Amino acid sequence: MPTVAPLDLDGYCLFAGFLGETPVFALADGTVHRLDQGHQSSQVHDGLSCAVVSLDGKTLITGGEDGLVKRTDGEGTSEEIGSVGRKWVTTLAAGPQGAVAYAAGKQAFVRLADGTVKEFSEERSVEGLAFAPKGLRLATARYNGGTLHWVMTAGKPIDLEWKGAHTAVMFSPDGKFLVTTMQENALHGWRLDEMKHMRMSGYPAKVKSWSWSAKGKWLATSGAPAAIVWPFQGKDGPMGKAPLELGTRGDAMVTAVACHPEEDIVAIGYSDGMVMAVRFADSKEVLLRRGGKGPISSMAWDKEGYRVVFGSEEGDCGVIDIRG
Amino acid sequence: MSEQSIPVTVLTGYLGSGKTTLLNRILTEDHGKRYAVIVNEFGEIGIDNDLIVESDEEIYEMNNGCVCCTVRGDLVRVVEGLMRRPGRFDAIVVETTGLADPAPVAQTFFMDDDVREKTRLDAVVALVDAKHLPLRLKDSREAEDQIAFADVVLLNKTDLVSEEELHDLEHTIRAINPHARIHRTERSNVALKDILDRGAFDLQRALASDPHFLDHDDPDHVCGPACDHDHGHDHGHHHHGHDHDHGHHHHDHGDGIHGTTIQSVSLRGGEVDPQKFMPWIQKITQLDGPNILRLKGIIAFPDDPQRYVVQGVHMIIEGDHERDWKASEKRESRIVFIGRELDREKLERTFAACAA
Repeated sequence: MPTVAPLDLDGYCLFAGFLGETPVFALADGTVHRLDQGHQSSQVHDGLSCAVVSLDGKTLITGGEDGLVKRTDGEGTSEEIGSVGRKWVTTLAAGPQGAVAYAAGKQAFVRLADGTVKEFSEERSVEGLAFAPKGLRLATARYNGGTLHWVMTAGKPIDLEWKGAHTAVMFSPDGKFLVTTMQENALHGWRLDEMKHMRMSGYPAKVKSWSWSAKGKWLATSGAPAAIVWPFQGKDGPMGKAPLELGTRGDAMVTAVACHPEEDIVAIGYSDGMVMAVRFADSKEVLLRRGGKGPISSMAWDKEGYRVVFGSEEGDCGVIDIRG
Repeated sequence: MSEQSIPVTVLTGYLGSGKTTLLNRILTEDHGKRYAVIVNEFGEIGIDNDLIVESDEEIYEMNNGCVCCTVRGDLVRVVEGLMRRPGRFDAIVVETTGLADPAPVAQTFFMDDDVREKTRLDAVVALVDAKHLPLRLKDSREAEDQIAFADVVLLNKTDLVSEEELHDLEHTIRAINPHARIHRTERSNVALKDILDRGAFDLQRALASDPHFLDHDDPDHVCGPACDHDHGHDHGHHHHGHDHDHGHHHHDHGDGIHGTTIQSVSLRGGEVDPQKFMPWIQKITQLDGPNILRLKGIIAFPDDPQRYVVQGVHMIIEGDHERDWKASEKRESRIVFIGRELDREKLERTFAACAA
């Protein structure tokens, strides 16, 4: 039986994940909490707006309503690595070679490991950011599409057009596909080699959480009463194929998803705080957490795939160990 | 809309109309409430307050083929962010840029499910500069839109014009929007209760707070001492003239002198058949939605003990039962459209065909 070690915090949990082996929770009030030989916490921002883990898994990158970008390590030490003035930091991305991207208004910035900062301007607000898995290439999500920028060279940016407001962006792990979430209840995608469009729609709510399965074979998403899992094994991605619907419930919506690092299994968080793990092959469900005070807002597996860390909108967070 | 939802006031007005002065008052006066304020630029707000958020106006057209279905994308993001830390403020004020069309702001609170779940649009307040309004109306469509869209109009900087000019200005405002409350102010000195927590988009309150909704279009209506609308006690120190104009019961085609292009069409009839009325209002708003800025109505259905109220912004309409008809009330249906290029004859004819 899986066991749940709860951590009751006071406030909206924006990020739950691991720094190395340590479970970490970042709250909207700007505090960062660690479960490292007991509960440790520090005030990192005056209001948190976004958070991601660096690609090496060792530091937490956060953006704040205070206009600052900070990096916090496993010991809880924070340093400022960027500033956007009085605006809120809209979104963040962690990239290869220690690069960090952040955005405010119509500007996106990439901070390289050596501290140099490169600026990229869009005509409309930058809503989402993502780094390509290889090479320093940045994608932005914006109104009517996205743009691909080369970070180190002066290469001409490539515009990807699709009508509507794109709010977040992500590359597939192999870099072949770019996917965005939209203001409408839909995803949009591009097959980058031929710039072919992919439309993934039919959601009853906005997609706010998504996760690639091991080796990028599937893309699991929230926004429905089930986890909607799109097949990306073929050359054309999910085009012409039906998605899997896993963990379907009649009385709750899926609000967070996190794919297992090795197996084709997804952890699904629901609007009532329930967490389940579901296997793709046979849709077999295992209950990990019965429910809680609020919708699951963030979830992640550890590297080994034994523990799931989760946070909720009401602050009832915790760590699930599936070994029991 | 839940009881706990946070009310949102939208503040429109041209540069120099007094928005910053008003915002400063909202932020500093001792009114016992805390406001989060979303501004386009910090500009001259000389207050350091972490509840003031700077946000770039981003108008996003929804990808549904409808040109008037627009939302403010940045508001979706900022409101979501603010609502992650509730308890810090009691209400939100959104300041728009001078030239802004109020519709996308208003529609955000109806069209985005996440925003709608946690907040409710309270009222649209338009500030107009008494000195410059005639010129603004001549050279821009936005100035007219802002007045047409407003629930409350602050006719500001009244000290810069004569009483006669003010009277004319009120005529002009009335011609564009017969139902907005007008307050004359100098240096934005309106009582904050007159602009905040108005419930203008709340179906249960919007028309209830306007007991004489449409009465001024009734040729038989004579303002007596019992009339408490728009004059008298509710803004005591302001002017005591009637904001409405008894001489012009139908503000048909704008005001020729000032070259306005917005008109209002008021319809009234007896009881209507819901089987006819519902498809009618749907069709009208689908077809003429881009031209309809606001609509409000009180509808009487046969054998229905309750008043049915409707309101709309462009193509978005909402309707609900409001309260029981009083024994003393005449069971009649009244509806007003404010917009451009409205076909009065068609509206009157098709509405009449809905009669029960």
